[in-house]
Amino acid sequence: MKAIKLLVSTACFMGMAASTHAEEPATLSIEGQAFTIQASAPAHTENLDEVTSGWIYRTKETRALQLDDFDNPGFVFVDKAIDLWNEVDGSEDKSCASCHENVEDFAGLRTTLPRAEDGELVTMEDLVNECRTEQMGAEPWKYSGGKMTGMTALIGLQSRGMLMNVAIDGEAAAFWEKGKELYYTRVGQLDMSCSNCHEDNYDTMIRADHLSQGQTNGFPTYRLKNAKLNSTHARFKGCMKNIRAQPYKVGGDEFKSLELYIASRGQGLSVETPSVRN
Amino acid sequence: MRIIGISIAVAGLLASPLAAEPVAPNDVNYEDGVVLASLTGVAGDPVNGRDVFKNRKLGNCLACHVNAEMPEESFHGEVGPELTGVADRWEQQELRAIVANSKMVFDGTIMPAFYQDTGYERPLKDFDGKSILTAQQVEDVIAYLQTLKE
Repeated sequence: MKAIKLLVSTACFMGMAASTHAEEPATLSIEGQAFTIQASAPAHTENLDEVTSGWIYRTKETRALQLDDFDNPGFVFVDKAIDLWNEVDGSEDKSCASCHENVEDFAGLRTTLPRAEDGELVTMEDLVNECRTEQMGAEPWKYSGGKMTGMTALIGLQSRGMLMNVAIDGEAAAFWEKGKELYYTRVGQLDMSCSNCHEDNYDTMIRADHLSQGQTNGFPTYRLKNAKLNSTHARFKGCMKNIRAQPYKVGGDEFKSLELYIASRGQGLSVETPSVRN
Repeated sequence: MRIIGISIAVAGLLASPLAAEPVAPNDVNYEDGVVLASLTGVAGDPVNGRDVFKNRKLGNCLACHVNAEMPEESFHGEVGPELTGVADRWEQQELRAIVANSKMVFDGTIMPAFYQDTGYERPLKDFDGKSILTAQQVEDVIAYLQTLKE
Protein backbone atom coordinates (compact mmCIF):
# COMPACT_ATOMS: atom_id res chain seq x y z
CA MET A 1 0.00 0.00 0.00
CA LYS A 2 2.64 2.44 1.07
CA ALA A 3 5.00 1.40 -1.70
CA ILE A 4 2.37 2.10 -4.32
CA LYS A 5 1.66 5.52 -2.93
CA LEU A 6 5.31 6.39 -2.88
CA LEU A 7 5.66 5.32 -6.48
CA VAL A 8 2.67 7.37 -7.56
CA SER A 9 3.93 10.37 -5.70
CA THR A 10 7.39 10.04 -7.22
CA ALA A 11 6.00 9.66 -10.72
CA CYS A 12 3.93 12.76 -10.19
CA PHE A 13 6.94 14.68 -8.98
CA MET A 14 9.06 13.60 -11.90
CA GLY A 15 6.34 14.53 -14.33
CA MET A 16 6.38 18.02 -12.90
CA ALA A 17 10.09 18.44 -13.07
CA ALA A 18 10.16 17.34 -16.68
CA SER A 19 7.66 19.96 -17.82
CA THR A 20 9.31 22.76 -19.71
CA HIS A 21 8.00 26.27 -19.53
CA ALA A 22 10.75 28.01 -21.44
CA GLU A 23 9.50 28.90 -24.88
CA GLU A 24 11.72 27.48 -27.59
CA PRO A 25 13.64 28.54 -29.48
CA ALA A 26 15.01 31.41 -27.46
CA THR A 27 17.86 33.44 -28.84
CA LEU A 28 19.18 36.65 -27.38
CA SER A 29 20.58 39.30 -29.63
CA ILE A 30 21.23 42.87 -28.55
CA GLU A 31 22.32 45.61 -30.94
CA GLY A 32 23.20 42.95 -33.51
CA GLN A 33 25.35 41.02 -31.07
CA ALA A 34 24.48 37.36 -30.39
CA PHE A 35 24.61 36.07 -26.82
CA THR A 36 25.24 32.55 -25.59
CA ILE A 37 22.31 31.79 -23.29
CA GLN A 38 22.61 28.00 -23.33
CA ALA A 39 25.81 26.00 -23.13
CA SER A 40 27.05 22.57 -22.14
CA ALA A 41 27.63 22.50 -18.40
CA PRO A 42 31.28 22.76 -17.42
CA ALA A 43 32.78 19.51 -16.11
CA HIS A 44 32.90 20.82 -12.54
CA THR A 45 29.12 21.36 -12.53
CA GLU A 46 28.48 17.64 -12.32
CA ASN A 47 24.73 17.72 -11.67
CA LEU A 48 23.74 19.76 -14.72
CA ASP A 49 23.87 18.84 -18.40
CA GLU A 50 23.54 22.37 -19.62
CA VAL A 51 23.71 25.84 -18.18
CA THR A 52 21.15 28.48 -19.07
CA SER A 53 20.83 32.21 -18.65
CA GLY A 54 18.07 33.49 -16.38
CA TRP A 55 16.83 35.52 -19.36
CA ILE A 56 15.25 32.34 -20.77
CA TYR A 57 12.92 31.95 -17.79
CA ARG A 58 11.48 35.44 -17.83
CA THR A 59 8.25 36.44 -19.55
CA LYS A 60 8.23 37.61 -23.15
CA GLU A 61 7.64 41.19 -21.95
CA THR A 62 10.54 41.14 -19.50
CA ARG A 63 12.84 39.55 -22.06
CA ALA A 64 11.96 42.22 -24.60
CA LEU A 65 13.23 44.96 -22.29
CA GLN A 66 16.75 43.59 -22.61
CA LEU A 67 16.75 43.47 -26.42
CA ASP A 68 17.29 47.19 -26.92
CA ASP A 69 19.54 49.34 -24.75
CA PHE A 70 17.11 52.27 -25.05
CA ASP A 71 14.33 50.13 -23.56
CA ASN A 72 16.57 48.63 -20.88
CA PRO A 73 15.99 50.59 -17.65
CA GLY A 74 19.38 49.44 -16.35
CA PHE A 75 21.07 51.90 -18.67
CA VAL A 76 19.74 54.84 -16.65
CA PHE A 77 22.11 53.68 -13.92
CA VAL A 78 24.94 52.93 -16.33
CA ASP A 79 24.65 56.50 -17.62
CA LYS A 80 24.90 57.82 -14.08
CA ALA A 81 28.02 55.70 -13.61
CA ILE A 82 29.60 57.32 -16.69
CA ASP A 83 29.23 60.67 -14.89
CA LEU A 84 30.78 59.15 -11.78
CA TRP A 85 33.61 57.79 -13.90
CA ASN A 86 34.61 61.34 -14.75
CA GLU A 87 33.89 62.87 -11.36
CA VAL A 88 36.91 63.94 -9.31
CA ASP A 89 36.74 62.76 -5.71
CA GLY A 90 39.17 62.44 -2.79
CA SER A 91 42.43 64.00 -1.64
CA GLU A 92 44.38 63.15 -4.81
CA ASP A 93 42.14 65.23 -7.07
CA LYS A 94 41.48 62.27 -9.34
CA SER A 95 38.58 60.59 -11.08
CA CYS A 96 38.50 57.07 -12.52
CA ALA A 97 39.25 58.65 -15.88
CA SER A 98 42.45 60.23 -14.57
CA CYS A 99 44.13 56.80 -14.60
CA HIS A 100 41.85 54.75 -16.86
CA GLU A 101 41.36 56.83 -19.95
CA ASN A 102 38.77 54.57 -21.55
CA VAL A 103 36.39 52.36 -19.63
CA GLU A 104 36.43 50.16 -22.74
CA ASP A 105 39.89 49.03 -21.65
CA PHE A 106 38.15 46.86 -19.07
CA ALA A 107 36.74 44.56 -21.76
CA GLY A 108 37.12 41.01 -20.47
CA LEU A 109 37.52 41.86 -16.80
CA ARG A 110 33.99 40.83 -15.79
CA THR A 111 34.49 37.30 -17.15
CA THR A 112 37.39 36.61 -14.77
CA LEU A 113 35.96 37.89 -11.48
CA PRO A 114 36.06 37.09 -8.64
CA ARG A 115 39.73 36.05 -8.74
CA ALA A 116 42.24 35.01 -6.10
CA GLU A 117 45.11 37.40 -5.43
CA ASP A 118 47.71 37.04 -2.67
CA GLY A 119 45.53 34.72 -0.60
CA GLU A 120 42.38 36.79 -0.96
CA LEU A 121 39.37 36.50 -3.18
CA VAL A 122 38.92 39.78 -5.02
CA THR A 123 35.63 40.99 -6.51
CA MET A 124 35.03 43.91 -8.86
CA GLU A 125 33.65 45.86 -5.92
CA ASP A 126 36.95 45.31 -4.10
CA LEU A 127 38.92 46.57 -7.10
CA VAL A 128 36.79 49.71 -7.39
CA ASN A 129 37.11 50.51 -3.70
CA GLU A 130 40.83 49.80 -3.72
CA CYS A 131 41.22 52.39 -6.49
CA ARG A 132 39.14 54.86 -4.52
CA THR A 133 41.04 54.50 -1.26
CA GLU A 134 44.58 53.83 -2.59
CA GLN A 135 44.69 55.95 -5.75
CA MET A 136 42.09 58.66 -5.27
CA GLY A 137 42.31 59.18 -1.52
CA ALA A 138 38.51 58.91 -1.47
CA GLU A 139 36.09 57.15 0.82
CA PRO A 140 35.15 53.62 -0.25
CA TRP A 141 31.66 53.21 -1.63
CA LYS A 142 29.11 51.06 0.15
CA TYR A 143 29.71 47.54 -1.16
CA SER A 144 26.28 47.07 -2.67
CA GLY A 145 25.09 50.69 -2.83
CA GLY A 146 23.77 52.51 -5.88
CA LYS A 147 27.07 54.11 -6.93
CA MET A 148 28.97 50.85 -6.68
CA THR A 149 26.38 48.79 -8.50
CA GLY A 150 26.16 51.37 -11.29
CA MET A 151 29.94 51.36 -11.65
CA THR A 152 30.24 47.56 -11.68
CA ALA A 153 27.50 47.48 -14.32
CA LEU A 154 29.36 50.05 -16.44
CA ILE A 155 32.64 48.15 -16.16
CA GLY A 156 30.88 44.80 -16.64
CA LEU A 157 29.15 46.14 -19.74
CA GLN A 158 32.54 46.38 -21.46
CA SER A 159 32.62 42.55 -21.35
CA ARG A 160 29.06 42.12 -22.57
CA GLY A 161 28.77 39.12 -24.87
CA MET A 162 32.07 37.63 -23.72
CA LEU A 163 31.93 34.23 -22.03
CA MET A 164 32.24 33.79 -18.28
CA ASN A 165 35.61 32.24 -17.50
CA VAL A 166 36.64 32.43 -13.86
CA ALA A 167 39.66 30.50 -12.58
CA ILE A 168 38.82 27.80 -10.05
CA ASP A 169 42.20 26.12 -9.73
CA GLY A 170 45.43 27.14 -8.00
CA GLU A 171 44.92 29.81 -5.41
CA ALA A 172 41.21 30.00 -6.20
CA ALA A 173 40.54 26.33 -5.43
CA ALA A 174 40.02 26.70 -1.69
CA PHE A 175 37.58 29.59 -2.18
CA TRP A 176 35.74 27.61 -4.83
CA GLU A 177 35.39 24.60 -2.52
CA LYS A 178 34.03 26.83 0.22
CA GLY A 179 31.52 28.35 -2.19
CA LYS A 180 30.47 24.90 -3.32
CA GLU A 181 29.90 23.81 0.26
CA LEU A 182 27.73 26.89 0.88
CA TYR A 183 25.77 26.18 -2.30
CA TYR A 184 24.75 22.75 -1.05
CA THR A 185 24.20 23.63 2.62
CA ARG A 186 20.60 23.88 3.81
CA VAL A 187 19.93 26.98 5.90
CA GLY A 188 17.10 28.86 7.53
CA GLN A 189 13.76 27.81 8.95
CA LEU A 190 12.72 26.62 5.48
CA ASP A 191 15.87 24.49 5.53
CA MET A 192 16.85 24.92 1.88
CA SER A 193 20.10 25.12 -0.04
CA CYS A 194 20.72 27.02 -3.28
CA SER A 195 20.68 23.66 -5.06
CA ASN A 196 17.18 22.73 -3.87
CA CYS A 197 15.66 25.42 -6.08
CA HIS A 198 18.29 26.28 -8.67
CA GLU A 199 19.69 22.85 -9.47
CA ASP A 200 16.90 20.40 -8.56
CA ASN A 201 13.93 22.53 -9.58
CA TYR A 202 14.92 25.11 -12.17
CA ASP A 203 12.39 25.60 -14.99
CA THR A 204 9.59 24.97 -12.47
CA MET A 205 7.05 27.47 -11.19
CA ILE A 206 7.31 28.42 -7.52
CA ARG A 207 4.02 30.26 -7.17
CA ALA A 208 4.25 33.02 -9.83
CA ASP A 209 8.02 32.78 -10.22
CA HIS A 210 9.69 30.67 -12.86
CA LEU A 211 12.77 29.22 -11.15
CA SER A 212 16.02 29.76 -13.03
CA GLN A 213 19.42 28.22 -12.48
CA GLY A 214 20.38 31.29 -10.47
CA GLN A 215 23.22 32.19 -12.83
CA THR A 216 25.14 35.43 -12.23
CA ASN A 217 26.18 36.29 -15.80
CA GLY A 218 23.52 39.03 -15.95
CA PHE A 219 24.62 40.82 -12.76
CA PRO A 220 24.35 43.56 -11.79
CA THR A 221 20.82 43.10 -13.03
CA TYR A 222 17.93 45.55 -13.25
CA ARG A 223 14.97 44.06 -11.39
CA LEU A 224 11.44 45.21 -12.12
CA LYS A 225 10.65 44.30 -8.53
CA ASN A 226 12.73 47.12 -7.04
CA ALA A 227 13.43 49.26 -10.12
CA LYS A 228 17.18 49.40 -9.65
CA LEU A 229 20.38 47.53 -10.37
CA ASN A 230 21.00 44.61 -8.02
CA SER A 231 24.35 43.11 -7.10
CA THR A 232 24.93 39.38 -6.74
CA HIS A 233 25.46 39.75 -3.00
CA ALA A 234 22.21 41.69 -2.59
CA ARG A 235 20.44 38.88 -4.43
CA PHE A 236 22.08 36.23 -2.24
CA LYS A 237 20.90 38.17 0.80
CA GLY A 238 17.36 38.33 -0.57
CA CYS A 239 17.30 34.60 -1.24
CA MET A 240 18.53 33.83 2.27
CA LYS A 241 15.90 36.04 3.85
CA ASN A 242 13.22 34.33 1.74
CA ILE A 243 14.14 31.01 3.30
CA ARG A 244 14.26 32.67 6.71
CA ALA A 245 18.02 32.35 7.07
CA GLN A 246 20.37 34.90 8.60
CA PRO A 247 22.22 36.21 5.54
CA TYR A 248 25.99 36.28 5.39
CA LYS A 249 27.64 39.70 5.25
CA VAL A 250 27.41 41.52 1.92
CA GLY A 251 31.00 41.80 0.71
CA GLY A 252 32.13 39.14 3.20
CA ASP A 253 34.15 35.99 2.61
CA GLU A 254 31.17 33.64 2.40
CA PHE A 255 29.32 35.58 -0.29
CA LYS A 256 32.53 36.15 -2.25
CA SER A 257 33.23 32.42 -2.26
CA LEU A 258 29.64 31.71 -3.26
CA GLU A 259 29.95 34.33 -6.02
CA LEU A 260 33.00 32.54 -7.39
CA TYR A 261 31.36 29.13 -7.24
CA ILE A 262 28.16 30.29 -8.94
CA ALA A 263 30.12 32.24 -11.56
CA SER A 264 31.96 28.99 -12.34
CA ARG A 265 28.64 27.20 -12.80
CA GLY A 266 27.87 29.72 -15.54
CA GLN A 267 31.15 29.13 -17.35
CA GLY A 268 30.44 29.50 -21.07
CA LEU A 269 27.45 31.86 -20.76
CA SER A 270 27.73 35.42 -22.07
CA VAL A 271 28.08 38.35 -19.75
CA GLU A 272 24.72 40.19 -19.99
CA THR A 273 25.00 43.02 -17.50
CA PRO A 274 22.92 45.11 -17.20
CA SER A 275 20.35 42.38 -17.73
CA VAL A 276 16.64 42.76 -16.96
CA ARG A 277 14.84 40.37 -14.65
CA ASN A 278 11.66 40.43 -12.60
CA MET B 1 -5.57 -0.65 9.59
CA ARG B 2 -9.18 -0.60 10.77
CA ILE B 3 -8.20 -1.91 14.18
CA ILE B 4 -5.54 0.73 14.51
CA GLY B 5 -8.06 3.34 13.44
CA ILE B 6 -10.49 2.30 16.13
CA SER B 7 -7.85 2.23 18.81
CA ILE B 8 -6.78 5.73 17.80
CA ALA B 9 -10.36 6.91 18.00
CA VAL B 10 -10.61 5.45 21.48
CA ALA B 11 -7.32 6.98 22.48
CA GLY B 12 -8.53 10.28 21.07
CA LEU B 13 -11.70 10.10 23.13
CA LEU B 14 -9.76 9.31 26.22
CA ALA B 15 -7.29 12.11 25.57
CA SER B 16 -9.73 14.84 24.67
CA PRO B 17 -11.08 15.66 28.12
CA LEU B 18 -7.51 16.17 29.23
CA ALA B 19 -6.49 18.08 26.10
CA ALA B 20 -3.85 20.31 27.51
CA GLU B 21 -0.37 20.90 26.13
CA PRO B 22 0.23 20.09 22.47
CA VAL B 23 2.92 17.53 21.69
CA ALA B 24 6.24 19.38 21.49
CA PRO B 25 7.93 19.21 18.05
CA ASN B 26 10.76 17.02 19.31
CA ASP B 27 8.32 14.65 20.99
CA VAL B 28 6.32 13.87 17.86
CA ASN B 29 6.45 10.14 17.26
CA TYR B 30 7.19 9.40 13.59
CA GLU B 31 6.71 5.73 13.03
CA ASP B 32 6.95 4.16 9.62
CA GLY B 33 5.90 7.32 7.80
CA VAL B 34 2.94 8.15 10.02
CA VAL B 35 2.12 10.17 13.12
CA LEU B 36 -0.77 8.34 14.75
CA ALA B 37 -1.86 10.72 17.47
CA SER B 38 -3.21 14.23 17.05
CA LEU B 39 -0.66 16.86 18.02
CA THR B 40 -3.23 18.68 20.16
CA GLY B 41 -6.13 16.36 20.93
CA VAL B 42 -8.39 19.04 19.46
CA ALA B 43 -10.06 18.24 16.15
CA GLY B 44 -8.67 20.20 13.24
CA ASP B 45 -10.74 23.02 11.78
CA PRO B 46 -10.79 22.67 7.97
CA VAL B 47 -11.96 26.25 7.45
CA ASN B 48 -9.01 27.70 9.33
CA GLY B 49 -6.82 25.06 7.71
CA ARG B 50 -7.74 26.45 4.31
CA ASP B 51 -6.59 29.91 5.39
CA VAL B 52 -3.34 28.55 6.81
CA PHE B 53 -2.81 26.60 3.57
CA LYS B 54 -2.93 29.68 1.35
CA ASN B 55 -1.49 32.33 3.70
CA ARG B 56 1.98 33.23 2.40
CA LYS B 57 3.27 33.83 5.91
CA LEU B 58 1.90 30.55 7.28
CA GLY B 59 1.61 27.40 5.18
CA ASN B 60 2.18 29.08 1.81
CA CYS B 61 1.41 25.65 0.36
CA LEU B 62 0.42 27.12 -3.01
CA ALA B 63 4.01 28.23 -3.53
CA CYS B 64 4.82 24.66 -4.47
CA HIS B 65 1.54 22.77 -4.93
CA VAL B 66 -1.38 22.96 -7.34
CA ASN B 67 -4.77 22.78 -5.62
CA ALA B 68 -7.88 22.73 -7.81
CA GLU B 69 -10.04 23.56 -4.80
CA MET B 70 -8.57 27.10 -4.80
CA PRO B 71 -9.26 28.37 -8.32
CA GLU B 72 -9.67 31.91 -6.98
CA GLU B 73 -5.95 31.97 -6.11
CA SER B 74 -3.74 32.57 -9.14
CA PHE B 75 -0.31 31.05 -9.74
CA HIS B 76 -0.18 27.67 -8.07
CA GLY B 77 3.39 26.39 -7.83
CA GLU B 78 4.65 23.17 -9.39
CA VAL B 79 7.65 22.20 -7.27
CA GLY B 80 5.79 19.47 -5.38
CA PRO B 81 3.01 17.07 -6.36
CA GLU B 82 -0.54 18.33 -6.95
CA LEU B 83 -2.76 18.30 -3.88
CA THR B 84 -5.98 18.04 -5.82
CA GLY B 85 -7.69 14.93 -4.43
CA VAL B 86 -4.88 14.37 -1.95
CA ALA B 87 -7.28 12.81 0.58
CA ASP B 88 -7.87 9.94 -1.86
CA ARG B 89 -4.17 9.12 -1.79
CA TRP B 90 -3.09 9.65 1.81
CA GLU B 91 -4.55 8.80 5.20
CA GLN B 92 -4.84 11.36 7.98
CA GLN B 93 -1.92 9.92 9.94
CA GLU B 94 0.28 10.00 6.83
CA LEU B 95 -0.68 13.59 6.08
CA ARG B 96 0.19 14.52 9.66
CA ALA B 97 3.72 13.15 9.26
CA ILE B 98 4.20 14.80 5.86
CA VAL B 99 3.03 18.23 7.02
CA ALA B 100 4.78 18.11 10.40
CA ASN B 101 8.11 16.96 8.98
CA SER B 102 8.14 15.60 5.46
CA LYS B 103 11.81 14.67 5.77
CA MET B 104 10.70 11.80 8.02
CA VAL B 105 8.73 10.45 5.04
CA PHE B 106 10.63 11.58 1.94
CA ASP B 107 14.38 11.51 2.40
CA GLY B 108 16.07 14.66 1.06
CA THR B 109 12.87 16.44 0.09
CA ILE B 110 12.92 20.20 -0.52
CA MET B 111 9.68 20.51 1.52
CA PRO B 112 10.15 22.39 4.79
CA ALA B 113 9.13 20.80 8.10
CA PHE B 114 6.14 22.76 9.38
CA TYR B 115 6.33 21.50 12.94
CA GLN B 116 10.01 21.49 13.87
CA ASP B 117 11.59 24.21 16.00
CA THR B 118 15.20 23.09 16.38
CA GLY B 119 18.11 21.89 14.29
CA TYR B 120 18.17 24.72 11.76
CA GLU B 121 21.34 26.37 10.45
CA ARG B 122 21.40 30.17 10.66
CA PRO B 123 17.67 30.74 11.23
CA LEU B 124 16.66 34.40 11.06
CA LYS B 125 16.31 35.74 14.61
CA ASP B 126 12.55 36.23 14.32
CA PHE B 127 12.12 32.52 13.60
CA ASP B 128 14.82 31.06 15.82
CA GLY B 129 13.46 28.32 18.09
CA LYS B 130 10.07 28.43 16.38
CA SER B 131 8.20 26.08 14.09
CA ILE B 132 6.59 27.47 10.93
CA LEU B 133 3.14 26.43 12.13
CA THR B 134 1.68 25.74 15.56
CA ALA B 135 0.48 22.25 16.44
CA GLN B 136 -3.15 23.31 16.00
CA GLN B 137 -2.43 24.95 12.64
CA VAL B 138 -0.92 21.64 11.49
CA GLU B 139 -4.05 19.80 12.63
CA ASP B 140 -6.21 22.39 10.87
CA VAL B 141 -4.29 22.00 7.60
CA ILE B 142 -4.61 18.21 7.85
CA ALA B 143 -8.37 18.58 8.39
CA TYR B 144 -8.54 20.77 5.29
CA LEU B 145 -6.42 18.36 3.22
CA GLN B 146 -8.81 15.56 4.20
CA THR B 147 -11.59 17.43 2.43
CA LEU B 148 -9.71 17.37 -0.88
CA LYS B 149 -11.35 14.41 -2.62
CA GLU B 150 -11.96 13.89 -6.29
